[in-house]
Amino acid sequence: MNGLVFEDVRVGFGATTAVDGVSLAVPPGAVVGLVGGSGSGKSTLARAAVGLTPFTGRITLDGEPVPTRGTYRPVQMVFQDPYSSLDPRMSIGDSVSEPMPRSMPRTGRHAEVARLLELVHLDPARAAARPADLSGGQRQRVALARALAARPRVVIADEITSALDVSIQGAVLNLVRELQAELGLSMLFISHNLALVRYVASHVAVMHAGRLVEEGPTHRVLADPEHDYTRQLLAAVPRGDRPSRSHR
Amino acid sequence: MGRWSTAARTPLGLTAAVLAGSVLGLAVLAPVVWGTSADAVDTGSILSPPSGEHWAGTDNLGRDILARTLVATRLSVLLALAATAIAVLAGLVLGTAPFLLGRRLGRVVTAAVNIAVAFPGLLLALFFATIFGVGATGAVFAIGLAGAPAFARLTQTLVAGVAARDYVAAARVAGVGRLRVLLRHVLPNISEPLVVNATVGTGAALLSFAGLSFLGLGVQQPGYDWGRLLYDGIGAIYVNPAAALTPGAAVLVAGLAFNLVGETVAKALGVGGVARRPGRAPRAVPGLAPVAADEAPRAVGDDLVLDVRDLEVTVPGARGPVRPVRGVTFSVRRGEALGVVGESGSGKSLTALAVSRLAGDLARVEAGRLTLLGTDLTEADGRAHRRLLGTSLAMVFQDPTTSFNPTRRVGAQLAEGARHHQGLGRAEALARAVDRLGAVRIPEPERRARQYPHEFSGGMRQRAMIGMGLMGSPSLVVADEPTTALDVTVQQQVLDLLADVRAADDVALVLISHDVAVVRSVCDRVVVMYAGRIVEDLPAASLDDDARHPYTRALVAAVPDMDTDLEAALPVIPGTPADPGALPPGCAYAPRCPLASARCVEEDPSLVSDDTGHRVACWHADGPAEAATTAAPGEVGVP
Ligand SMILES: Nc1ncnc2c1ncn2[C@@H]1O[C@H](COP(=O)(O)OP(=O)(O)OP(=O)(O)O)[C@@H](O)[C@H]1O
Ligand code: SF4
Ligand SMILES: [Mg+2]
Repeated sequence: MNGLVFEDVRVGFGATTAVDGVSLAVPPGAVVGLVGGSGSGKSTLARAAVGLTPFTGRITLDGEPVPTRGTYRPVQMVFQDPYSSLDPRMSIGDSVSEPMPRSMPRTGRHAEVARLLELVHLDPARAAARPADLSGGQRQRVALARALAARPRVVIADEITSALDVSIQGAVLNLVRELQAELGLSMLFISHNLALVRYVASHVAVMHAGRLVEEGPTHRVLADPEHDYTRQLLAAVPRGDRPSRSHR
Repeated sequence: MGRWSTAARTPLGLTAAVLAGSVLGLAVLAPVVWGTSADAVDTGSILSPPSGEHWAGTDNLGRDILARTLVATRLSVLLALAATAIAVLAGLVLGTAPFLLGRRLGRVVTAAVNIAVAFPGLLLALFFATIFGVGATGAVFAIGLAGAPAFARLTQTLVAGVAARDYVAAARVAGVGRLRVLLRHVLPNISEPLVVNATVGTGAALLSFAGLSFLGLGVQQPGYDWGRLLYDGIGAIYVNPAAALTPGAAVLVAGLAFNLVGETVAKALGVGGVARRPGRAPRAVPGLAPVAADEAPRAVGDDLVLDVRDLEVTVPGARGPVRPVRGVTFSVRRGEALGVVGESGSGKSLTALAVSRLAGDLARVEAGRLTLLGTDLTEADGRAHRRLLGTSLAMVFQDPTTSFNPTRRVGAQLAEGARHHQGLGRAEALARAVDRLGAVRIPEPERRARQYPHEFSGGMRQRAMIGMGLMGSPSLVVADEPTTALDVTVQQQVLDLLADVRAADDVALVLISHDVAVVRSVCDRVVVMYAGRIVEDLPAASLDDDARHPYTRALVAAVPDMDTDLEAALPVIPGTPADPGALPPGCAYAPRCPLASARCVEEDPSLVSDDTGHRVACWHADGPAEAATTAAPGEVGVP
C-alpha cells in the first residue's frame, strides 16, 4: 500500500495503553486530519511514526518500514509548542539546516536555508536570528522549514497552532495549505479543533481513548458523523450562530 | 554582556571578583616573588612565634610561614583545579551515559551513580588514596573521583530535563545521531549550571585537599600545599598557633572565593538565562504618552458589581517602567457575562489581576475608580478588602494544575478559604466543600474531596477551582483563559458550568480569552483590548456583523469556523502585536490597520460611545467592513 500506513499499532506506557490497535492510512498527497480529546493518543501515534516511541504493529511508508535510524528520515514532525521545539542557542538558519545531509557543502546549505525560509515566508536575511527574536508564529514557520529541509514525503503536524494566538493561527494554516498544494506533501494534521481540520484536511480520523472510532472524507464525517464521540466533538465546536446562553 | 557587568557591580559580585582575583594573582606571582624566602632555612629562629621579621612565625627549619603559605597558593589551587577537572570529566561521562546508551543500559548507569552518590565522599577519597598511593597524584584522583558521582547525578538530571524538550526530539527526528544531539543541543543548554557547580566544586576540592594533606595522605615533603602546612603547623600549635592558623585562613579565603564566584555566576545566569516568550516579558518604554481618559460607559446603576475607570498598570521593564494597561474603563452588572478578548500581551490578564489585587508587588496599579460591590478598592488595603475579595470575587486561572497545592487534599484546600474568610468551623467548611464540589458536577464529591489534586483530571481540577470560588457567595467570577489548557469536550463542560453558575445566582462573569469564538458562545458583551486599551465594547451578538473597529473585525475573521469558505485563504492580521514598551504616537493599531490614514498615525483615537452604549476607539469606525480585513495568502514577513 502506498503512503504512510499504520497497521494495528499499539503503544503502552506501563499499565496504560495509549494507542490501542490503530490502523490508518495517509495516502500520497493527501492531508488527513486526526482529531480527538487530550489523552486520546494522537501525539503518541505521531511519535511512534517518527521513532520517538517504541510500538508494536507496523508503520510503513510505501510498503517499507519507516526508517527511524540513520540520516534519511522521510517522515518529519512539527511540534505543538514553537517555544520549546527550537534550540534557544542555535540560530534559526542552523536549526533549519540540521536535517540536511552532512555531506552537503556550506554554500549549498546556505542557499537551501534561504530557499526554505522564503518558502515559509520568512526573510532569508534573518537566518542568523535566534528563536528569542521571533514571534510564536515566526517560530512555527521555522519549525516547518526545518521539517521540509529533510525533504520528507510525509509531514506530521501535531497541534501546530494551538500554542499560537488566533490571529497568527490563520497565517500558519494558510501556509500549510499553500505548501501542501505547491509541494504535494502528504500530511497527518493533528488537532483538537474540528474547524481547523475541516479547513485543511480532506480526510479525517477520530481517536478516542487510544482507539480510532471513525474515519472518512471530512465532509462526510462532519455532516453525518457515525460515532457518538464524533457527535460530541462536533457539538463542542463554538459556533458563531449559537445564541448567547445565559442558562441551559 | 550587560548582565555580567551588572552582576559584578553587586556587593556579592564585587567581593567574589576581588577575592578570586587575589587568589589567582597569588597563585601566579607568589612562587616568583617569595619562592626563595619561603625555602630559606634560618636555623637561628626555629619555631619562632610571629615577629616583625616573620609575621606568622617560622617552622621547624626556621622557614617563614607566611611566605610558605603564599607560595603554596599555586600548588593548592592547581591541585583543586585538577581534581575538579577529573570530577567534571568523569561526571560528564557518567551523567550523559544514560542519554547516549538508551533506556536499558542507561538505567544501570543511573543506579550505579545513585549508589555512589550515597557513599560518603571522604570515605571514597580514603579508598582511592590507598589505591593510588599516598601523594599528590593519589590525592588528586581520590578527590576528583570522589566528586564525580555528585556531578554525574547533576548532569543526569540536567540532561534529562533538556532531553525531554521538543527541540531534542526534533533533532532526532531529523536524523541527527545521539552523540551529535548531545554535543549540539544538550550540553550547550546545560553548560551554565554545570559551570556554576564546577566552580563551587573547586572550592570544596580545596577544602578536601586540606583535609587529606592534614591526614598525611596528601602532598608529601618537600612539596607543600596549604593542607601540608596545616598538618605541620598543628604539631606546633602550642608553640606558635599562627603556623596552623595562617594556612587555615588561606584555605578558607580561597574556598570562599570559589564559592562566591559560583554564586555570582549563578545569579547572573538566573536573570535572563532562559529565553522568554515575547509579549509576556516586560519591555522597555522610551516615553509614556499621557493617557486619554476613556469616555464613561453607559448608565451607572446600583446593580454594578464591578466598576473600573481609567485603570493603569505600570510594571518595571528592562529599560524603565512600562505601562501594559493604559486607561481601561468598564463595568460589569449583576448577572452579566463580559468577555475580554485580544492577542497575547494586550493586557487582558494584567487587567484582571489588577482588579482582583493580585497584580503583584512589582506592578503599580492606579485607577480613577475601582469598586467592587460599591466598596472602593483603591483605598488602603486592609482586612476588610481581603475579606470582600475573598468572598465576593472568584478567580479561575488558565492552568488548573498550578492553582492547587499538590500536597494537600482537594477538600481541605477548598475548606481553608471558607474557614478563613467566613469563620466556618472545620467540619462545616469541609461539608460546604463537598457540597460545592457537587455543585460543580464532580461525581462522588465526598470521595473526591479526600483525593489529591493529581488524582483529578485537568477538567475536574478546573471545575474544582471554580468550586473553590463558589465557597463564598461570589458576585463576580473572573476566569482567565479557563479552558485553554483543557480538552475540547471538557472545555465546553467548563464553559457550560460557568454559564450555569452565572444563571443560578445572578453572578457576574468576566471571561478572558484570545479566542473570539469562546467568548461569543458565553458572553453578553465583549470588550476588545489592544495594546493595553479597550478599542471596542459591543454586544456579543454584534460581533459578526456590527463590529466597527478594524481590529475586532480582523479577530473575528481570523478564526475559521464550520462555515468558513474552503476555497479562500484565511484572513490574517498582518504584522505583530504592539510592543507595550514602544508604542507609536497615534493609534497603536495603525501599523497593522488597512484603514490607517495620516490622522491615525498622529492622533490616538479615544473611546467614544454611541447612544446604544457601543463604544469604539477608531477614526474610521464607519469605514467599509470589507476593507478592514485582509486576505493575504502570500504575504511576506507577517507573524
Ligand atoms: N508581573 C509582570 N511584570 C512585568 N510585566 C508584566 C507582568 N505581567 C504582565 N506583564 C507585561 O504586560 C503586558 C500585558 O500582559 P498580559 O499578561 O496582561 O497580556 P494578555 O493579554 O493576558 O496576554 P496572553 O494572551 O498572552 O495571556 C505584556 O507585555 C507583559 O509582558
Ligand atoms: S484609528 Fe485608524 S489606524 Fe486605528 S484602528 Fe482606526 S482606522 Fe485603524
Ligand atoms: Mg493572559
